[in-house]
Amino acid sequence: MGRTPFGRGVAQGLPFLLIMMPFGALFGVVATEAGLSLTQVMVFSSIVIAGASQFAAVQLMVDGVPTAIVVLSALAVNLRMVMYSAALAPHLGPAPAWQRALMAYLLVDQVYALAQSAYDTQTDWAVADKVAYLFGVALPVFPGWVGATYLGAALGARIPESWSLDFAVPLAFIALVGPMLRTRAHVVAAFVSVTVALAFAWIPWNLGLILAALAAMAAGAEMERRA
Amino acid sequence: MTDATVWTIIAALGLGTYLSRFAFLGLIGDRPLPPWLLRHLRYTGVAVLPGLVAPLLVWPEATGGELDPLRLLAAAVALGVGVWRKDVVVAAVAGALVMGLGSWLLA
Repeated sequence: MGRTPFGRGVAQGLPFLLIMMPFGALFGVVATEAGLSLTQVMVFSSIVIAGASQFAAVQLMVDGVPTAIVVLSALAVNLRMVMYSAALAPHLGPAPAWQRALMAYLLVDQVYALAQSAYDTQTDWAVADKVAYLFGVALPVFPGWVGATYLGAALGARIPESWSLDFAVPLAFIALVGPMLRTRAHVVAAFVSVTVALAFAWIPWNLGLILAALAAMAAGAEMERRA
Repeated sequence: MTDATVWTIIAALGLGTYLSRFAFLGLIGDRPLPPWLLRHLRYTGVAVLPGLVAPLLVWPEATGGELDPLRLLAAAVALGVGVWRKDVVVAAVAGALVMGLGSWLLA
């Protein structure tokens, strides 16, 4: 473990269970309380694998929002995945089509963030190494997410509120961001992202986040161009 | 909410999410992207994740949207440790410890 890119991926993905599992369990609890059956909750987590959008969709379903709006709002939360896909394409583009199709399915926030950091630092990796690393990261992360959803749905509201499970969500993302702040351009981009997201939080369908992301990418790229 | 509605939402969201992940990875393949685009894409992670997290932190649903000093402190510790140690898991554990210890002391 830790020597081959695949083993390294597994080793670096494994500790993520600590933060993925409370997140998944929380979704299981919330979706079950919203009235979804166990089968629906499990299929939801297995085919969508995008916590933030799943929470958004369930919330809107409870609020009685029309079906099309539920889907569009939740998809807007996931527009960031298009950017992840584009960011990894230069690294993973030459891989065989079936591998790219499978990697796209597994491209969740954590997998993207670990892969991007690894590809930036391991410049000697061949395409096959990069693919192996990504599958290695996903190996513990994906079953952990689905398994935790099951535990949450089965145990339901017996998880005490004082555990503040909800904090697992922001914490997981903050922990991912810290190590990414490698240069001044990265810090500026993060700062712009926070500012614009807060200023435009009132825009419906989470489009404020997309604006924030585009502004932050432009800020980072401009800093880099001037450097 | 009928069963059919729930299944429709799950299927549409599953398909749409997959397509957004597949978009560039699947269709562009190894065709080279222009340098200006690559320069923007290098900042994807730091452009998306902080904006995703900021509203959750400033207006947490669990407190009814009230700013919670403990959550802010735990977040600051997680960020600081992450920058310092360059280790995601150490950062998350540090933040969780502050949150857990703080809730226990304030209980």
